[in-house]
Amino acid sequence: MFEEYNPLKNKIFRIIDNDGKVINKKYMPEVEDTTIVKAYKDMLFARTADLLTVNYQRQGRIFTYPPNYGQEAISGAVAQIIGKEDWLVPAFRELGTWLAKGVTLKEIFLYYMGNEDACKFEGATNTVPFAVPIASQLLHATGIGYEIKLNKKKQVVFTFVGDGGTSEGDFHEAVNFAGVWKVPVIFIVQNNQYGISTPTSVQTASQSIAIKSVAYGIRGIQVDGNDFFAMYAAVKESYKIAMENGEPVLIEAVTYRKGPHTTSDDPTKYRTKEEEEKWDATDPMRRLKAFMESKKIFDFDEEKLIADYRKEVDRQFVAAENYSAYPVEDVFKYQYVEMPEDLKEQQRKYEKYLAWKATAVK
Amino acid sequence: MKIMNLVNAINNALDIKLKEDKRVLVYGQDVGVEGGVFRVTEGLQLKHGKERVFDSPLAESGIVGTAVGMTMAGLRPVVEMQFSGFVYPAFNQIISHVARMHNRSRGRYPMSMVIRMPYGGGINALEHHSESFEAAFAHIPGLKVVIPSTPHDAKGLLISAIESPDPIIFMEPKRIYRAIKQEVNEDKYNVPIGKAAVLQQGTDVTVVAYGAMIREVQKAIVLAKQAGISVELIDLRTIYPMDKETILNSVRKTGRIITVTEGVRSFGVASEISQVVSEEAFLSLEAPPKRVTGFDTIVPLPKGEFHYLQDAHKIFYEIEQTVKF
Repeated sequence: MFEEYNPLKNKIFRIIDNDGKVINKKYMPEVEDTTIVKAYKDMLFARTADLLTVNYQRQGRIFTYPPNYGQEAISGAVAQIIGKEDWLVPAFRELGTWLAKGVTLKEIFLYYMGNEDACKFEGATNTVPFAVPIASQLLHATGIGYEIKLNKKKQVVFTFVGDGGTSEGDFHEAVNFAGVWKVPVIFIVQNNQYGISTPTSVQTASQSIAIKSVAYGIRGIQVDGNDFFAMYAAVKESYKIAMENGEPVLIEAVTYRKGPHTTSDDPTKYRTKEEEEKWDATDPMRRLKAFMESKKIFDFDEEKLIADYRKEVDRQFVAAENYSAYPVEDVFKYQYVEMPEDLKEQQRKYEKYLAWKATAVK
Repeated sequence: MKIMNLVNAINNALDIKLKEDKRVLVYGQDVGVEGGVFRVTEGLQLKHGKERVFDSPLAESGIVGTAVGMTMAGLRPVVEMQFSGFVYPAFNQIISHVARMHNRSRGRYPMSMVIRMPYGGGINALEHHSESFEAAFAHIPGLKVVIPSTPHDAKGLLISAIESPDPIIFMEPKRIYRAIKQEVNEDKYNVPIGKAAVLQQGTDVTVVAYGAMIREVQKAIVLAKQAGISVELIDLRTIYPMDKETILNSVRKTGRIITVTEGVRSFGVASEISQVVSEEAFLSLEAPPKRVTGFDTIVPLPKGEFHYLQDAHKIFYEIEQTVKF
């Protein structure tokens, strides 16, 4: 796969077309029907959660939120492969992968409601907090990869970044280090065509993002990120390389951010309706559904499932809303493992002020 | 005269300088087509062309580092960091080159450039979008650090910043980007860098603040007045070089001083002012200089941010304590 789709050849790896028809039988992965159904349901759950969250934001019940809408196949594929012991070093637009690792929607909501308790991720093994500073997390993935190699563990690191992030120095340093050290890290670049308003053509003059892997001496591939099977096959093969050879891989997943960058963004400022409609034809869920229908494995009531999912999403949202208030001590107690005396004093003074305020301010 | 908020006033200043001085360039992430995430540069690309107002790749070090090169070659770049919380990849360029090049080249290459960035909390933002690290910049020899609190000052200070031969870190209090409107002269004018403004005369205590904190102090002054306390308010406007004279003259009159900042407590702007006053107006003091600041912690996410931020009550509490001392 990596020879045939060497980025120097400038070929995108695709398995099904926009109508869900297999056009690349050679690389069609062996996937159990039950896994395909599960993947579709995972993607549907993520999309349902995303769309509802944007509604909650419009209702003023949650602050700024970055939707995943349109990019579900990427995490949909990773979710079927990433293991309990594998590491997830996230950016902030791979909802399906977090859920697969055991992060709960409640925690995700809590984060976007503005409470650090969210990042405890109590049910998720080997999962680090979201990284808002673009591309900074990629170096952490390489560092984790080094530990895996050093201690001869059987683990793989998955890390994510967007197309914009590939302009940051940290991206280049992380991929370069991973190449030099030969560590089991899968770098997934979600090329959704925009960094906020800036198109990928303003980020790089390279013919693809995948081709950057060539310069760093690691395997890379450009994949149709809206094609579940292409993503599944590419991630599966990368996983094998990382696990068996202990080597890094760079996957450029070409997709489209159907929604805004975050709920604060207005895409009409920088892109056209025609462009959005053109990409609509590539929607990952529509394509997977068409494939499933042709194989007669789309045997569930989608509307009912969405209704169930909405209830579940809402249940977790309300649980996050009902999470306890933010106690004073939470501001202070995590700043250091061993809190300096001066910081303790700052807390005491603040509590004294609060006591004054309680009586003096009506 | 035209009614402007801070966003309009900064846009107006950039527009004037782009028109007047062909060496001036404006670039950064999303500043061109979109006009910036806060719309500060909106319309400037259409007016002045894609060669002078443009989107850069997403790389803060790249933005500042290329601006260093442009400046050495004779241009006058005004670059934008999307949020001050994302400036850190550019710190190497700022500390190692922007702040040192003039000295290193023994005056051959002055760093006549401006690095603009929105800063500060109180807008229910995501992580890394609420910091106030002006003290970190002020601590680096070679930089001048400017923070406006009104549309009028924002325009005049930015024009002075672009005309300054020295590098200017121009920090914009995003919390009041659109909250304060006033009549602003549409023509070009300057507000000098390094000069504070006495916004209100008073006799009992001097309060020094800047940026979004001015508005909070003004609310506290109302509470103080009810308690019979007369406050003198100084808007610092330039963090470095600090206008010591205005501060010291005020303290010699009131005998008391409180500094209000959004930044963390230790090693901050308030600490510096307290020390300057202790050294140079010690015999005028009737109470210890006080700091109303954030804690030595991260800025909590929105649910806990109110603990950290300064408001009228916190400021009034310190005013009362200081006057009673």
